[in-house]
Amino acid sequence: MDKKPVNKQDAGKVLLEEISGAAQEQQGKTRIGRILLIPVLAVFTGLVIGGIFIVVTTESVYAAFGQSFGAGLSEALRTVWNSYVALFTGSLGSPTRIITALQSGDPLEVRRAFNPILESLVASTPYIFAGLSVALGFRAGVFNIGAEGQIFIGAATATFVGYAVKGLPAIIHIPLALLAGAAGGAIWGLIPGWLKAKTGGHEVINTIMMNYIAFRLSDWLLTGPMKRPESFNPVSPTILDSAKLPRFFDDPIRFHMGFFIALAIAWVVYWFLFKTTWGFELRTVGSNPFAGRYAGMNVARNTILAMTLAGALAGLAGANEVLGVNHNLAMAFSSGYGFDSIALALLGNSHPLGVVLASLLFGTLRNGATPMQVSLGIPNDIISVLQAVILMFIAAPAIIRTIYRLKQPAQEQPGIHLSMK
Amino acid sequence: MTTQAFHKKIETISPTRERIMGVVFLALAFSIYFFFSRDVASDQITKFELTPGGLTSVLPTWVLPSMGTLNILAIAAAILGGVQLAKGFKRYTNWVLAVVVALFVFGFLVWAAAGKSLNLGGLLSTTLSKAVPITLGALSGILCERAGVINIAIEGMMLAGAMVGALVGSLTNNWLGLLSAVAVGALMGLLLGVLSIKYKTNQIIAGTVINILSTGLTSYISAKFMQRYMEINNPQIFKSFPIPGLADIPFFGPIFFNNNLFIYAMFLFLILLHVGLFYTRWGLRMRSVGEHPKAADTLGINVIRTRYLSVLLGGMMASFAGAYFTLGSVGRFDEVMTAGRGFIGLAAMIFGNWMPFGAFGAGLLFGFADSLASRLAILQIEIPSQFLLMAPYVATMIVLAGVVGRGQAPASEGIPYEKE
Repeated sequence: MDKKPVNKQDAGKVLLEEISGAAQEQQGKTRIGRILLIPVLAVFTGLVIGGIFIVVTTESVYAAFGQSFGAGLSEALRTVWNSYVALFTGSLGSPTRIITALQSGDPLEVRRAFNPILESLVASTPYIFAGLSVALGFRAGVFNIGAEGQIFIGAATATFVGYAVKGLPAIIHIPLALLAGAAGGAIWGLIPGWLKAKTGGHEVINTIMMNYIAFRLSDWLLTGPMKRPESFNPVSPTILDSAKLPRFFDDPIRFHMGFFIALAIAWVVYWFLFKTTWGFELRTVGSNPFAGRYAGMNVARNTILAMTLAGALAGLAGANEVLGVNHNLAMAFSSGYGFDSIALALLGNSHPLGVVLASLLFGTLRNGATPMQVSLGIPNDIISVLQAVILMFIAAPAIIRTIYRLKQPAQEQPGIHLSMK
Repeated sequence: MTTQAFHKKIETISPTRERIMGVVFLALAFSIYFFFSRDVASDQITKFELTPGGLTSVLPTWVLPSMGTLNILAIAAAILGGVQLAKGFKRYTNWVLAVVVALFVFGFLVWAAAGKSLNLGGLLSTTLSKAVPITLGALSGILCERAGVINIAIEGMMLAGAMVGALVGSLTNNWLGLLSAVAVGALMGLLLGVLSIKYKTNQIIAGTVINILSTGLTSYISAKFMQRYMEINNPQIFKSFPIPGLADIPFFGPIFFNNNLFIYAMFLFLILLHVGLFYTRWGLRMRSVGEHPKAADTLGINVIRTRYLSVLLGGMMASFAGAYFTLGSVGRFDEVMTAGRGFIGLAAMIFGNWMPFGAFGAGLLFGFADSLASRLAILQIEIPSQFLLMAPYVATMIVLAGVVGRGQAPASEGIPYEKE
């Protein structure tokens, strides 16, 4: 086979293709395969590397290798197998248990058998919101590294509306609290967006600074104005029942409406980005600000809009956690969603559907990590290692191609090339 | 892009900014008067103890009449503001701003300690020790960014250095611990280099990879081994030793010259990096690679190699900063113990305008905010300490917005170099 010449994309051509939709039609099925190939291989390789890491840090493997090489090898494989079985039965449920539960017909037993998988959906929900936030930013050419802070502020404002606004029916109170969360996050995104558009202060630095301002602010809120009066711990009052997102099953299942709201929001983001003029402008400015400006688009306004919307989405993630799961605001409850969401957005190719799928994966991993920690003593921080490795492979697909001897595609996927200027 | 950067460097201070600064000075002067001076009783006195601790003090306590001092400070700030509005300090504006802010901070201390006593020596001594990891982190950022590679992974590199320093330090001795910490930093720097130079990954994402990876790995090893077996999490810390002669200087001697290895090393690195960057061939090459790699390449400078060397050194510097936590101050490793110091280091780098001594100044300022915050409760001030702790971040955003004059980031940072 002869090599195809690598043609550089120029902005005008991209713009034309976007308008006519020619690119999508041409590529058809192979395109889906190619889009999925790298992420799937990245996740697989991530799991392999995680397995190696587990083996290297397990004492029993060393003991077995001391006896003989064969014993060591089988002990190593057994360790990895046990770990991942524990991870996935912890997050998806054990099939035998589900079958026996269904046969016994005991409702409590059935709920318990299905709890792991529903709990994975609960864990995925904030990831969907936060991943959408970063993905929307990427599409618009801004790097929202501040989802963490926006989640905090969104959670704080939603909590406040949740416990302080009294006497509303749930049908009004829940949307109001969600809106408050979105608004809080939006403000936290608006400030760096505005600073970027008006002064050129880079949003990466500003959102990092905003993260830490948010931490300090919520620290102050929880030890001061929003502190639960009867408590010594920095925790807010519990939100009213009318602000709680409805749950679908009895205890212990925490599966709540937030998941479906997240799916709906993902669809809205898709619709906004790909079916509206505003979304089109956002993406055009994102892929090539010069072309956008040339076409008469207001780059500054789009930057502000993108950061505000990204902030609102991350704020919803915080609101969702408070209204659906925790029912109060505690210190540092967000625990790394903000940085993980960067990995999510990239894994999902900054597309809402991709983000939802990536979130389901990350939620599953995260949910399974705790049972794995309890049963096998493998710290759940292994998940961060997996996520970092996956992120690395997605960001540098050339590494994956080298490992699996894949050919360089004729047309490189447009990656994220944000300049620091 | 580059021509813009060159234009920026000869940019003078605009008349509008001169006026804004004048108003800011006057506002600070009025604040000293209204919030501080009018809040103290006329007969109150402020006592500043001048005992940095450790050595016996030879200086008597500094006693000031609170209100009189505050009024003098307010008048001084107001005069500077008036001159600024009438004539303008031109290119010295930022220095005058620093003076006015210093007056304001001193006024704050006089007010906070009115009728009480505050140990100024202790305050300054903790300021310095809190500034150490921040400044070293900022130096790591400068090393990378001057060569054109953004390093937001300072935090992750610090954590790795702290963990490995504690682990190896407990198993062997603290010197080997420090050495391994620095070696791990070099590895992390290499990873940043491979991702951002070889694979041309977005540098922010490359940094995020390292941050997540390092948080995960260190927490994993800590939870699995170090919290369970205390004997591998119990390193010897480097002891303080006075520098003969200099340590006997009253007041400043004990603050600056009775410290441990890390603080002396910080001063050494500051001087080395400053001289290296601006007075040696190596520094000139590094800066040219960060500003205009193509021109540097044309002149025969190996851009790729220069960048690799810089990120390696940057990684080593960051993990040295991390080792300070376990081998220089706390003496054990805890999960995510750096608590965002790496990101403050990043802020200090920007605040200090990518200059080593600028970063040290910023580090001192941020360290001061930190050590003051922990004393507010003792002085029974009703200002929540969290707001003081926010100050570094807010200040950095203000600097970044160009209110105090735009910083001059290396022109080509964040852009992978492609040889044509």
